[in-house]
Amino acid sequence: MDSVPILKIGSTLLVSIQVDLQDQSALQLQEDLAERITQTGARGVLIDISGLEIVDSFIGRMLSSIAGISRVLDATTVVVGMRPAVAITMVELGLSFDGVRTALDVEKGLRLLQPDGEDTAPEQLLLELAPDAPA
Amino acid sequence: MTADPVTSERLAITTDGDVVRVRQAVRGLAQGAKLSLVDQTKLVTAASELARNTLIYGGGGEAVLSVEANGRRTGVRVEFRDDGPGIPDLDLAMTDGWTSGSGLGLGLSGARRLVEHFEIDTGPGRGTRVVIASWSR
Amino acid sequence: MPAADAARLAAILQDRRGEIGAAWLDRVVTELQGRITRAEAEREQTEIFDALVGGLLAGGERLDAPSFDSLRSLLSDLSATRARLGFTPRETAVGVFALKEGLYDIAGRGDTERVDDVAALLRLVDDLGLFTFESFAAAREGIISEQAEQLLELSTPVVKLWEGVVAVPLVGTLDSARTQVVMEKLLQTLVETGSEHAIIDITGVPAVDTQVAQHLLKTVVAARLMGAECTISGIRPQIAQTIVALGIEFGDIRTKATLADALVAALRANGSARTAAAVAGA
Repeated sequence: MDSVPILKIGSTLLVSIQVDLQDQSALQLQEDLAERITQTGARGVLIDISGLEIVDSFIGRMLSSIAGISRVLDATTVVVGMRPAVAITMVELGLSFDGVRTALDVEKGLRLLQPDGEDTAPEQLLLELAPDAPA
Repeated sequence: MTADPVTSERLAITTDGDVVRVRQAVRGLAQGAKLSLVDQTKLVTAASELARNTLIYGGGGEAVLSVEANGRRTGVRVEFRDDGPGIPDLDLAMTDGWTSGSGLGLGLSGARRLVEHFEIDTGPGRGTRVVIASWSR
Repeated sequence: MPAADAARLAAILQDRRGEIGAAWLDRVVTELQGRITRAEAEREQTEIFDALVGGLLAGGERLDAPSFDSLRSLLSDLSATRARLGFTPRETAVGVFALKEGLYDIAGRGDTERVDDVAALLRLVDDLGLFTFESFAAAREGIISEQAEQLLELSTPVVKLWEGVVAVPLVGTLDSARTQVVMEKLLQTLVETGSEHAIIDITGVPAVDTQVAQHLLKTVVAARLMGAECTISGIRPQIAQTIVALGIEFGDIRTKATLADALVAALRANGSARTAAAVAGA
């Protein structure tokens, strides 16, 4: 059974699904990710599905679950690279991606995962927020 | 116009890996039959749902894949068969969101929306037989 | 008709080849005046004649026999070519039916020992004619559906309006097939151009029915699954009324009065995303 590698870049976990996953592998990925989020304190999970030829109800549910689990663990999930034919099929199948954020490609997904002002030092942020901050 | 089977292939569905094999075989035939990319994707997705149903609810079974010619159009037909418990209330099972297992309940009703032809023959104690087919445009 | 009979029919055709061929050719040339030259007609006839005699000699009894494979493919190619060149069904079929001219002459004179054989040949030619008709009709159908497809492609241009913004201006009546093509093409363009905004402008659409409205909605949802936002612009008042009357849930789908408004909104969203990225990257 193939397992899907999980890469860590900064505070983001990156998963690229390149092969047609067996149901067991999909469940394994879900468990591995939950494990890695807590281990690393990651704030974002980026899942690239540009290699997937279909998303059926099982894979759809896995992606939604991953998003839900990350949310509980204070991380945001972005699914990127869904092919047009896959998107059309998912809509027809009646699958929705509640709570999952999406982006066209990895780059745009990473941008979504960078919250405004994340790089500002906490002290600086406090100063800006103070009502009578010195200029 | 009659549909003549051109080739046919039989795959057992007894493991998780077989579901993947059915998907890939259906994809191969759909490409060969010149279905549009969206129709290919829909057919493969429907086959994936049904193969999983065969495995989980039917306790395993088989898929028979064939390519058929119908005038200028070629089509891919997939028949799923199992000797499982069958579906007691078909109307209920065809409703969106209804599930006897842990799925989303989109398997049967969803699969029907994805293909041109859908037929199902089932009943308590006599297994389930589902046929799906899609044709090139 | 046993094989021996088939061989006898072939013999009749071969014996009378000159006579039958001449009558056939005259008829075809008169009928198709100016459309094909005598030499072309003669070449065609020689091929048909040879394939017919060959099929009979190989024991073919009916037109669907394997020994007539080459005759059938010859006839269907011929019909397809004629259909493409704009020949009428009559002009196409005469090329085969005129074969009967010479046979009628033979039967009329009663100078063949077997009138039955000539009748059998006439029946076979009728089958050839019907087959030609069918091939012609199939070829025409093929041409029509090809043209319809091309028209569909042409009538749904997806254009890039700005960096990150693509639009599809729809004009004319939308049916379900066309809406589906638009949907696929629009989503494909989003990927190819890396655009996060799509605008579907329906200013030129006089009316929508439930199915078309559903397709538009599905496009918007599919675009979202891919990570892009879709705006529908130019909804006419009648269409707005239809949408409400049909009880179609437009939900949180973005609409704008005009294509220009939609572009401005998309640019704003683009701009703020870029500013946010710039701030984050600073």
